[in-house]
Amino acid sequence: MTSIGTGYDLSNSVFSPDGRNFQVEYAVKAVENGGTAIGIRCKGGVVLAVEKIITSKLLKPGANKRIATVDRHVGIVSSGLVPDGRHFVSRARDEASSWRGTYKGPIPISALANRLGGYVQAYTLYSSVRPFGVTSIVGGWDSEAELAVDGQVGTGPKSGAGGKVEGAKVGGPGLFMIEPSGLYWGYYGAATGKGRQAAKAELEKLDLSAEKLSLHDGVKEAARIIYVAHEDSKDKEFELEMTWISSLDGPTQGRHEEVPRELLDEAEKAARRALEGDDEEDEGARGSGEQMEE
Amino acid sequence: MNHFPEAWGRPRDDVYGAYNSTYLQTSGPKAHTTSPAVTGTSVLGVKFKGGVVLATDNLASYGSLARFTDVKRLRVFGGKAVVGFGGDVSDMQYIDRLLESIDIRENYSSHGNMLNAKNLHTYLAKVFYKRRSEFNPLWNHILVAGFDADDQPFLSSADLLGTTFSSPHLATGFGAHLAVPILRRKFPDERGIETISREEAIEALKECLKVLFYRDARSLDKYSIAVITQEGIDLREDEQIEGQSWAFAETIRGYGSQTS
Repeated sequence: MTSIGTGYDLSNSVFSPDGRNFQVEYAVKAVENGGTAIGIRCKGGVVLAVEKIITSKLLKPGANKRIATVDRHVGIVSSGLVPDGRHFVSRARDEASSWRGTYKGPIPISALANRLGGYVQAYTLYSSVRPFGVTSIVGGWDSEAELAVDGQVGTGPKSGAGGKVEGAKVGGPGLFMIEPSGLYWGYYGAATGKGRQAAKAELEKLDLSAEKLSLHDGVKEAARIIYVAHEDSKDKEFELEMTWISSLDGPTQGRHEEVPRELLDEAEKAARRALEGDDEEDEGARGSGEQMEE
Repeated sequence: MNHFPEAWGRPRDDVYGAYNSTYLQTSGPKAHTTSPAVTGTSVLGVKFKGGVVLATDNLASYGSLARFTDVKRLRVFGGKAVVGFGGDVSDMQYIDRLLESIDIRENYSSHGNMLNAKNLHTYLAKVFYKRRSEFNPLWNHILVAGFDADDQPFLSSADLLGTTFSSPHLATGFGAHLAVPILRRKFPDERGIETISREEAIEALKECLKVLFYRDARSLDKYSIAVITQEGIDLREDEQIEGQSWAFAETIRGYGSQTS
């Protein structure tokens, strides 16, 4: 970067003359080294997946989760500095619980993304803090059914419209990605971390905007994409962590849960098979019969 | 006429007399809730072989007025325990939200909600005791049903003072006077819960609910019943008391039109 050494990157919240905030850009650099994280918005729910690089053989497999549950219906996965991600999740939980305190119901995913975006953005404004070193993917399911208000004990009058609109469509999947600048967009498929370029290319092939991909296929695709994205850092071992949130009539009944062991194994197996198939195709070109470790 | 702002919108002293300011005391002790407002009556519970059954009627009374007739007073916690609430309905709603927030927090970990009915009962009893010690009680008497850490059926009560009591069959409110003797006759201690079947327990509670509907003026013939077993919770919230016979009412003397 040509602007290094000009002094405009030393303090947070200071613009350079060409309108950039360098501390935020450096935070993005921190994210670019993190394990790949993706989110896919499917027809009946949302899938979150992360490539967890194993930094030590002494770490217990399956422990040290990287995808967190917020309220019941939201999951957050982040890439970048893990402790920053933890703090971010803690804030998200506080926001979801304070929403319940006020409105006696679950926070909509868009509202949560909005509040978190505002929170992250505030960390670009002051010289006393540094920006978040994470890009986070927030996935969830807004209930399509009319939920009881928290603490509701009865159903009220059985006649009359009660202010309801007949046949209004409510709820559905929500997927947002929040960057260190506080910028957030809603996505059909989101990817961040080291392998984001490869992951984005794969996500674009899925034609997610048609909203045809089923949740189970989404799980398989997510596993495959994480494996594809890992190709560039093959020397490091990794663990695949995956969670999902389905519709109320789906497998998780609107809750954010870990993908069941059997399904995860199946998806991983399929992902390895898909990669081996690719390897065989260009085996002649590369002239090596290299195999993925099982 | 008095045009000063402090008199705006107030009844005129010369017409209505001075406002009785004793209602607005600023000195003296601070009083929190000293009586419940909208209340639910009895909660009944029986342990049987392999589980617990809990029942309440669906009424919330405002004093002697049958104010709300579809109030569900059995609340499920974490899919494993049920709390039956007697007493103040708004305090029940507060506790319900409190339990909801605990369940959400427990589910942050990948183990899910590991709290069993016994843990829940201990916790709620401590909440009640803390609040009564602050002279700001939660005006409820509850039964907690489910399983303990050894997967044995669990049934215990806690009240607004933080008092706890446990027994193979329990009832709160009016039920403590009318249902418990029936349950004790049906299920004496010598029998042990191992000899009580699920059907027998449910029948006994239905019988008690009927007796309570006959004799407790703050009760209703619509009720909720929850059967908690290791397989899960079977909660029915729109049941009707069957097979009523009011023939006995003819013979009652001493009130109403039959004073002698």
